[in-house]
Amino acid sequence: MSKRKFKVVNQPLRKIDSLSLALGKPAYVGDLKPADALIIKMLGSPHAHARIKSIDVSAAEAMPGVHAVLYHGNVPRIVHTTAGQGFPEPSPYDTFMFDNKMRFVGDRVAAVAAETEKIALAALKAIQVEYEVLEPVFRIQDAMKDGAPVIHDEPEAKAVIPVPYEPARNMAAKVDMEIGDMEKGLAEADETVDHPFYNHYAQHCPVEPHVSMAWLDREDRIIITTSTQVPFHCRRIVAQTLGIPVQRIRVIKPRIGGGFGAKQEIVLEDVVAMMALRTKRPVYWEYTREEEFVASRTRHPMLMRLRMGAKKDGTITAVGLDATSNTGWNGSQGLTVVCNSGSKMLPLYRCDNIHFLGMAVYTNLPAGGAYRGYGATQAAFAYESAMDELAEKIGMDPLEFRAKNHIKSGETSPVFRALGEGSEGVDQVITSCELARCIKAGAKEIGWRKRKPHTAKKGRYRRGLGMACLMQGSAIPEIDMGAATLKMNEDGSFNLLMGATDLGTGSDTVLAQIAAEQLGTTLDKIIVYSSDTDMTPFDVGAYASSTTYLSGQAVQNVAQKVRKQILKVGADMMDCKVKELTIEDSVVVRKDGSEQVTFSEIALYSMYTANQFQIGDISSKIVHHSPPPFAAHFAEVEVDTLTGQVRVVKYVAAADCGTPIHPKLAEGQVEGAVMNGICYALTEEYLFNDKGRMVNPNFGDYKLYTLSDLPEMKTILVPSYEKTGPYGAKSVAEIGINGPLPAIGNAIYNACGVRLRTGPFTAEKIWRSLQAGGEIPFEEGH
Amino acid sequence: MKKIEFTLNGALRQFDIEPDETLIDLLRRIGLTGTKRGCDTGMCGSCAVVMDGRAVNACILFAFQAAGRTIDTIEGVGDFDQPHPLQVAMADAGAVQCGFCTPGIVMTAKALLDEKPDADEEDFRQHLDGNLCRCTGYVKIKEALLSCSANATASGEAS
Repeated sequence: MSKRKFKVVNQPLRKIDSLSLALGKPAYVGDLKPADALIIKMLGSPHAHARIKSIDVSAAEAMPGVHAVLYHGNVPRIVHTTAGQGFPEPSPYDTFMFDNKMRFVGDRVAAVAAETEKIALAALKAIQVEYEVLEPVFRIQDAMKDGAPVIHDEPEAKAVIPVPYEPARNMAAKVDMEIGDMEKGLAEADETVDHPFYNHYAQHCPVEPHVSMAWLDREDRIIITTSTQVPFHCRRIVAQTLGIPVQRIRVIKPRIGGGFGAKQEIVLEDVVAMMALRTKRPVYWEYTREEEFVASRTRHPMLMRLRMGAKKDGTITAVGLDATSNTGWNGSQGLTVVCNSGSKMLPLYRCDNIHFLGMAVYTNLPAGGAYRGYGATQAAFAYESAMDELAEKIGMDPLEFRAKNHIKSGETSPVFRALGEGSEGVDQVITSCELARCIKAGAKEIGWRKRKPHTAKKGRYRRGLGMACLMQGSAIPEIDMGAATLKMNEDGSFNLLMGATDLGTGSDTVLAQIAAEQLGTTLDKIIVYSSDTDMTPFDVGAYASSTTYLSGQAVQNVAQKVRKQILKVGADMMDCKVKELTIEDSVVVRKDGSEQVTFSEIALYSMYTANQFQIGDISSKIVHHSPPPFAAHFAEVEVDTLTGQVRVVKYVAAADCGTPIHPKLAEGQVEGAVMNGICYALTEEYLFNDKGRMVNPNFGDYKLYTLSDLPEMKTILVPSYEKTGPYGAKSVAEIGINGPLPAIGNAIYNACGVRLRTGPFTAEKIWRSLQAGGEIPFEEGH
Repeated sequence: MKKIEFTLNGALRQFDIEPDETLIDLLRRIGLTGTKRGCDTGMCGSCAVVMDGRAVNACILFAFQAAGRTIDTIEGVGDFDQPHPLQVAMADAGAVQCGFCTPGIVMTAKALLDEKPDADEEDFRQHLDGNLCRCTGYVKIKEALLSCSANATASGEAS
């Protein structure tokens, strides 16, 4: 529960940029394109695995209107990772701006910058390439076999932190952790389960595809305006990839049309920067939707084995999770995503014997990256499905089984210390957990008490209820840093300059609320400017559910400092002591009511009258905890047993995110994540042909839900107060996406006795399972 | 180059166009960037504009198809001093997250409401079937749209 009354925080205020965006004001990269910008187009590899034997770009270069062609022969060959992560990165260095080896269908062959898109496309056709086609490998199990084609055989490929990395075996990452003795725990159990699961490929589908532009300013610096979640990592990695100083690059993030993790990655920026240098013209590159599917990033598909044991009384005696991800053609975020499969789910239930084996494997398919949920989504499917199966075996209601075992306030888990971001993690005691209330509230809303076993159901249309419990984190402790600058203007308004990156979540609003609350002013007095590497202090960027919790504390700290400065000037002006003063609604008042000065008067005084100085400061923050948000999700589905079609009738998400700084935006985070999760569970799917080419890279054949598909959806925010967070807040952005796959899967089982271990839950899979008496043989999908 | 003429946001305008230029390319070229490009295949609705009262996807129309017609874009619908009720409702409901799909949704919903001011939930569901939003899960969008229906306002169900 909230510990105090707030004036700005936790209030139903309008998101600060929402009206201008609804008016259609120029805001995104594409809206800011200079009229004279050259258009960049990329020639993609037609082969999943090949070596360029020869390439001739002379005809393309000679075409009128073509200004430059880039390929492996005329750019620096500097190995790096495309993952926008802290430095040194936990992702392997295995990527070049251009290479002579092709590792997936769509891999970069050559880029053209031309006066028009038409000319650029024509120039791509004029590029002559001869390939030596190599044997490709697409499946996790095949990539791990002895003698499998080696995807990263270049000598430069390396890990830059001390972690296992064996590219010669297509192994991009490995982590192994044991607490207690899993085998002993399994032996002690009354009942056990041991099942495979497969999480399929999916894309973030931001409605704005990746888009970047660059030009040289009058001092010959490269100005990159880009749709990114990680402007500072982008600056660093582009400098590295081009072999130029960071100082020479400025990265500006305007509004972003969605990211969800896809834009925590350097996908276009190295090429636009290189092209700007080559052509000395503004250059612009926007992915097509097909390129967005194929050549940006995806959710890491994962092959899992989940072993678990429990006593009849519901005590969990052992959990074993083997998770192997398909990281595709590069190892971006491969290690950390799979680590999070362990670290973000395994602490959820008390257990003394836990084993976790995580691996990431290269294949010749699109590359995985950061995707909302970040490994926890994949693990939640396996773990929460297995929880249901084990509950049934020991004869317990799955809800009771979870309620009995889940972690609570004041408790810890050995997993927190054992498993971090590719290294050891950070110990923490849970200081806020309202999961029990989430379970109760959600169960009531969905009508859990009326739930009957599937054996009691008859008829063509059968309804079922399923649930799942979830946790995530809030920022990466001891690693991530955010900073903010705050300065006061003469009318009592403030400039809030932050590295933090609003990718559409509303973090600019949330952080401005925190500043206003701390200063004692109103939201409309805060002018937010974020994510410009020349103008704002550093922030790691928008990922790991960090912005509210981490950057929010940086903002709260700087606002606290500025508040002190304001009070000090007020005390000078009123010739009294600071402790005699307080702030009410942008006015510094004497507590006895005898005198007051407005913020504007204070600012004017500090600028023009006496002891002049700029009221303002800068603060940084790193965090020592990563308090998990918790959630309980409930789904009611209806299965048509004649066709196998499943429909979500109702979905309930009860979430504990601490104090919701902006309740509507917090609900929006849950609802957007849940809807994304529902689509992932039911319809979203990459289809590849036998050559590794995606055959459905468009919104006609890759189905996202629209308003017409919206089921009855209920979001319940169950507040807690996280004492380490700003005004009691934790994160909320990612957790919601983890629920639908297991909750809907469990509901399908409850409806008709069908257990699915591979998504999406298509009519065909359900129908085939019904024909097979409940389950079809497991296979690794795409 | 070819010369065409159509009514754009209430004013008769003339444009020189390429024969294969799309309507979205023309609009964005002349600075009306509120019409967004999300897929270029008519499947996401971000580029929805209103042509002769109907919502259409500007990315799969040639510019010449606008000749002699009336085209309304998001820029003609409202501004800071006089926003359209749909724009205010979207902002107030928390229905604008990244905002990239918002102009298309406003235009599509406006076309419906102009024709049927008392549109109900089923009407909105059908008409907005071509508009993708990846951020909101549509819950707040639905609230915002319904609050602008004469039906909802009259019965006090706006929320």
